[in-house]
Amino acid sequence: MEKTSAPNRSEVWRSFWVATWLGWQIESNWTQPFLFAIYSIIKPLAGAAILVVMYSVITQGNFNTPIFPYLYYGNAFYQYVGAIMTGVSWAVIDDREHYKTLKYMYIAPINIPAYWLGRGMARFLTGSISVLITIGFGVLFLHVPLIFANVDWPLFIVALLVGVSMLAMMGLILASITLLIAHHFFLIGEAVAGALFLLSGAIFPLDVLPAWIRPVGFVVPITYWLELMRRSLIGNVAQAFPTLSRFSNLQLLGILIGLTILFAIASTFIYRFCDYRARELGLIDRVTNY
Amino acid sequence: MMNKVNPLAVMPFEKVSGWRLFVKTVIARAYPRVVGQQREKSWIFFDIFLPMLAVSAYVFVYRAIHAPEEYIGFVVVGGAMTAFWMNIMWSMSMQLYWEKEQGNLALYIMAPNSMMAILLGMALGGMLATFLRAIAIILLGSLLFHVQYAIGNFLQLLGVFFAAMTALYGLGMITASLFLLFGREADHLVQLAQEPVYLVSGFYFPIRSFNFWIAAAASIIPLTLGLDAMRQLVFPSGALLGFLNVNVELSVLLVLCVVFLFGARALLGYMERLAIREGRLTESRR
Repeated sequence: MEKTSAPNRSEVWRSFWVATWLGWQIESNWTQPFLFAIYSIIKPLAGAAILVVMYSVITQGNFNTPIFPYLYYGNAFYQYVGAIMTGVSWAVIDDREHYKTLKYMYIAPINIPAYWLGRGMARFLTGSISVLITIGFGVLFLHVPLIFANVDWPLFIVALLVGVSMLAMMGLILASITLLIAHHFFLIGEAVAGALFLLSGAIFPLDVLPAWIRPVGFVVPITYWLELMRRSLIGNVAQAFPTLSRFSNLQLLGILIGLTILFAIASTFIYRFCDYRARELGLIDRVTNY
Repeated sequence: MMNKVNPLAVMPFEKVSGWRLFVKTVIARAYPRVVGQQREKSWIFFDIFLPMLAVSAYVFVYRAIHAPEEYIGFVVVGGAMTAFWMNIMWSMSMQLYWEKEQGNLALYIMAPNSMMAILLGMALGGMLATFLRAIAIILLGSLLFHVQYAIGNFLQLLGVFFAAMTALYGLGMITASLFLLFGREADHLVQLAQEPVYLVSGFYFPIRSFNFWIAAAASIIPLTLGLDAMRQLVFPSGALLGFLNVNVELSVLLVLCVVFLFGARALLGYMERLAIREGRLTESRR
């Protein structure tokens, strides 16, 4: 019997939403709600606090400079990168190595990429809690500028949606590659997220990087996404930095959308190739017991 | 007719007990830590590469806000020390939990050797393997970011380092026994013990930046004082940014060594009994 290749829409949506629900359960029900709340608050705040203390030590607590909101917002929104991109690829590892259910996912009537993206969606939800807590803390206690009336909401919403889609596509690429890799699998997501943290100007303007590595930052879509997120919230402060000042918001959005489409196309082909190779080599249910 | 041969009679090993068994167990458990970690080449790369990414990011933050150059050195040394903390969390604390998940823990406990010797072997092996990675991070970071060192008292530096490591791995042995009782939450608790510890222990800035009582409370983590003392001893302006006098910090570290090692012994026995009583040694809650 010939295998059908085109998934129907209801199967894709069902896979996505069920995976989102499953992912949320995995992420949140490992402990009591109170402990989960503590965990959700402490972890992102501690990460942000390291930067705040570093900044405060050097500037003697002067938070009224453009660089402070630049690094604070960049760090806050970068949590989405770890959550979504690494989250999508982590679903492969979790199901294959930990729960040993990836082979059952493959024989179930679900759409695998939609299932992975659903798991990423769950991480987006938990990541949003961290982002909101980090920004809320900064605004309330560290004088991070945020005037709701001045926020460019349409730009914020569009940039957030496009950015999340872009991160999901990057996650899908990582997940596909993870299918083929046994050793050092759990470090790939962290390594990519760590490298992009450095190269996307998340917590410092790209001009600080050595000139030879700076061009890499301009190829990374996260650079444009973070800039748009900052501009939508604190427009004039974010535009004070020369790195991307020659681009208008519309141009930045165009670049981000273009790169997102490029990643979406690439993720489709990479998934098909990796999925084919993984089936050919019998890697779907291979475990390493690390 | 074939003669029956007792396999134990021809096997080339000597049956030992007492302190010899203890030492053999330590060596046997340390061996895979040292040799195994070098065999997986990709792990060596990632163990050095990942902390270097964080180090580089924080160095560029300091450069962006025009920090004095010694802060770059502080970040490099702090980044190297994260390798030890990661080793404590993932390869000490989580180890008994993983052994439980894979069904090996019951075998450890059934065997006639001491669990303390197993933990000590894990600690010594992990310390040596991590030391090589920490050195690589320091060399790489120093070369990339042109860090200048001025070591005044090398013996004191060695003393501080080994005291900090002994206390730290003693703490690791304590947490390993605590993790015997954990289920699914173990992974999340290890995740939770990263950024908050990097923050309160001053991995990327001088601990003196906090007020005295916060810094004093954070000193329960041996890396806090160890890192502060090492920075004072290797950087020209380190003493100006130090929390306490190096001798005081060294004394506190020595006290922590004794407390954590004896504490680990007592806690391990208690936790083992508790885990046996509550039937948690063989459970696997995925």
